Parts: sequence; C-alpha cells; structure tokens
Amino acid sequence: MGSNLIDLLFIFMLACFIGFEVIRHVSPLLHTPLMSLTNALDAIAVVGAIVLVGERKSTFATVLGVIAIVAATSNVVGGFFITDRMLKMFKSSRPSK
Amino acid sequence: MTEFAGSQYVIEVIYLVASALFILSLKWMSSPATARHGILAGEIGMVLAIAGTLLHHGIVDYKWIAVGLVLGSGIGIPLGMVHMTAVPQRTALSHAFGALCVTLVGTAEFYLGTQSNSKFGLSVLSMEVILGGLTFTGSLMAAGKLQEFLPQRPITYKGQNLVNFLLFGVAVGSAVYLVLHPEAKLFFPLIVGVSLIFGVLLVIPIGGADMPTVISLLNGYAGLSAAAMGFVLQNKLLIIAGALDGSSGLILSVIMSKAMNRSFSNVLFGAFGQVQASAGGGQEAKPVHSATAEEAAAILAAANKVVIVPGYGMAVAQAQHKVRELYDILSKKGVDVRFAIHPVAGRMPGHMNVLLAEADIPYDRLIEMDEINGDFPQTDVALVIGANDVTNPAARSDAASPIYGMPILDVDKAHTVMVIKRGMSPGFAGIDNPLYYLNNTLMLFGDAKQFVGAIVRELSGGH
Repeated sequence: MGSNLIDLLFIFMLACFIGFEVIRHVSPLLHTPLMSLTNALDAIAVVGAIVLVGERKSTFATVLGVIAIVAATSNVVGGFFITDRMLKMFKSSRPSK
Repeated sequence: MTEFAGSQYVIEVIYLVASALFILSLKWMSSPATARHGILAGEIGMVLAIAGTLLHHGIVDYKWIAVGLVLGSGIGIPLGMVHMTAVPQRTALSHAFGALCVTLVGTAEFYLGTQSNSKFGLSVLSMEVILGGLTFTGSLMAAGKLQEFLPQRPITYKGQNLVNFLLFGVAVGSAVYLVLHPEAKLFFPLIVGVSLIFGVLLVIPIGGADMPTVISLLNGYAGLSAAAMGFVLQNKLLIIAGALDGSSGLILSVIMSKAMNRSFSNVLFGAFGQVQASAGGGQEAKPVHSATAEEAAAILAAANKVVIVPGYGMAVAQAQHKVRELYDILSKKGVDVRFAIHPVAGRMPGHMNVLLAEADIPYDRLIEMDEINGDFPQTDVALVIGANDVTNPAARSDAASPIYGMPILDVDKAHTVMVIKRGMSPGFAGIDNPLYYLNNTLMLFGDAKQFVGAIVRELSGGH
C-alpha cells in the first residue's frame, strides 16, 4: 500500500493549504459559527464508526462504535442546528439587495 | 492497484462530491450574505457521505447503527438549542464528543488488530488516540471552566510544566515502543490513559481569559485527530475534513494569541490571570468620577458619535437586549452608534458578534478593533459595558504590566469615557485599570442590565 500512503499525504497537504486559504477569508464576524460548522463537518468521523458497528466483528468494537456514533451524530445534528440559528441572527441595517 | 467492488466505487464518488461540498461550505462562510448557503452545502455533503457509507459492503447489520444515529440526534438537538451565552461551553463539549468518537474508533481498531502488520498504520493510530484522548479530556475541562463547574482562575502547582512534558513524553514514547513491538499490547491502554490525564492537566492551569485561544487550539486538535483517523482507515473524506477543521482551529488560535500578544507557549504554560497579589493589594482607593443614569443619558443624548465597547461582563449580565434598546433609542435621536469588537472579547472567537446579533443589532454596526481604533479621537462618548482588560491603557505604556503589548481598544482617546461596572474589582488579568482614574472617565456603578435599562428609561422619558 506504499503508493496509497503517498496519495493520502498529497491529499492531506493540499487540504491543509485549501483550509488555510479558505478560512483566512472568513469574516471575524462569523468566527463563532465557523467553529461550530467545522466541528459539525469534523463529525464525518461518524462514517468510520458506522462501518465499525456495521461489520459486527466483535462485541467490544460494536459497543465502542455505537458510543462513537452517538457522540459524532450529536455533533452533526447539534452543530448544523446551532450554526443555522446563529447565522439567522445576522441582519444588516442596510436593506438587502 | 486497489480493486474496487461496485458499491465501493459508488461510495468513493459520493465521498468525492461530499469533499467538494465541505470545501464550498467553508468558502461560503466568508460573509454573512453567503453563509446560509454554506450550511446547506455542508448538510448535503454530510447526508450524502453518511448515506453512501451505509452502502459499504462490509456492513452486515444496520440495527445498532440506527440506534446510534437516533440517540445521537436526540442529544444533539437540545445541545443545538442553547442560548448564545452558552455557545463557548457547548462548543468545547462538541470538541470533546468529536475527540471521543475518534478515540473510541481508534481503540476498537487496535483491538481488532486491523493495523498490527503496518508500522505506518500503528503510528497514525497512536497519533489518533493521543490527539483524541488529550482533546477529549482537555475539552471537557474547558467546558467545565466555561460553565463554571470548575474554577475559572488558573489552578497551578510547582513543576507542572515538567509533569506535563513528562506525561506527553511517556505517551509518545509508549507509542514508539508499540510501533516497534506490536505484540506489546499492554502499551496501548497506557498511551490512551496517559493522553487522557495529559488533557486534564494541560487545560486546568489555563484561566478564563485565555479560553478563546484554548478552544481554538482544541478545535484544531480535534480536526487533526480526525485526519489521523482518515489515514488509519484510508478514508480521503476524513483526511480532507480533518485537515480543514485542523487548519481552521490553528488559524483561529494564532489570531487569538496575536490579539492577546502572547505566544502559544505562554498561553499553555504561563498561567495568566492569577490575581497579582502584589499589584492588587496595598493600593489605596484612588478617586474616580462617577455618574448616575440621568447624567449618563444626558451625555449620550448630546453626543454625535458613540462607540459601545461590549465585553464578557455584558454577556454574563444578559444585558445585550437592553443594549439593543439603547442602540435603537440613540439612533432615533440621530446619534451614530457603533460597536467596537475586540478579537478576544467574550470566551471564544467572535462570541461578542453572535451575542449582539442575537439581540438583533445589525452586523454592519459591529466593527473590528483594527478598523475602529483610529476613530476614537473623534468619538464623543465611548461606553464600556462589561469589558476591562481590552480597554486598559497600561498595555500600551506600562512595560511591567502582564498585558503589556496586547492590542487594546483606545477608548481613553475618546472625548468622554463611561464605564459600566459592578465595582472596582480587577478583570481577568488581575490588574488595576488606569482608565478608570482619568479625568474624562465616568464610572457607572451597577449591574449592566439594570444600568443600561435605567439609561434607556431616562432617554425615553421626555428629554
């Protein structure tokens, strides 16, 4: 799997650069919703837990996996929900175009 | 060459689309106008990715997955409904949950032996659980401090930096040993356990004022641990999402550190905010000018340009809605009212902005420190509500001060400064603020919500 590792490292490097570029331009007004959004996206880790639980390889793994799914899903649902609530609050005093 | 089973190929394509949607989601967060699209993109990407994963050929049973998803949603929804004042602790808690997920999956993978024949696999697995473990307990500590279950003052003890350093060394050393001797399975719980303890000890000495930096850092660590999980599971979507989250957290930490003019190492190891026993005590009470709500109202009504400086104290007093009323009534009288937002005001980056937005204050009235600092000399009244250290001129002039060099809001340059405060106690830096003794400064003693309410009543009561 040697070549695969290098591919993954390329992707990681590119993603880091993209991350820096994109985040740099986020207005400081939105830093709080940014954090809750990135946290919700980060909960994509749930997919690892889903496969773990679905494969049913061992009871131990399944138990840990279910707890992991609960924790991550809570972040997904709660994170998007609260980010949306926050963004709804931002209104401009200028009339919208 | 990896062979893709039919469904595996479909999953990879779905992950590709989801990755693009995640990147777009963050890109659209660049301004409030496009931000709502950002959420939609993220939600679609997430749903696609989860749905796609359910197609995985290795899955034999969906029952427990469903249980987990439902339970998780049940917890997530109430957590998503908290007040804006509770957002910092909710955010810290969500970092803990994210790190928990990563650590648990890593642990399960280890005991299933999926990585035992790969040095690289074991290495990233160790990184995953070290980062995950310390972020889990560290974030729990942060959440506890923010919710005030734990004392906000830094808890320090002699030699703690050495202890932390040693602990981290033990964790990393055990990981190295494990990679070289994969049969030494007992080392794994040691790695996890030590990381968990390290997380606690890392955050315990950090004071409330440094929370914005610490939360951002933990956000970054949570992201990096997810990226490590991506390497372990060879999941590109996880690597990308983790890298995005990691860089976001790290950038915010740098911004926060710069805004307090302190380096990372200083934040992590240099317990800020213990009340300076020498500086605080033994100073006779110097005279301050104070004013009543009537006098304050008269001054505000006569002003042309007013800048309000909100701080964490305003949030604690839940005064933001009264502040909105003040904004409304002054604006009706033709006064130009703007808000000066210091980057570390509040308990997390951007906290003041959402608090004021929640109170329906238009976001174009919220001006960043760098933009508004030059305007203070032309400002008639600077009204400071619940902010202290970010207005302290000692940061400019007093080289002995713990906050020396920290960028501050130059409120002392305004024609008149009014400060709403409950008493003369020091802020989180534990030091006195010379601003309060200046000739053009009026202290308004009282609870923020009540005082602002009183000013509003005066302004509306037939002046």
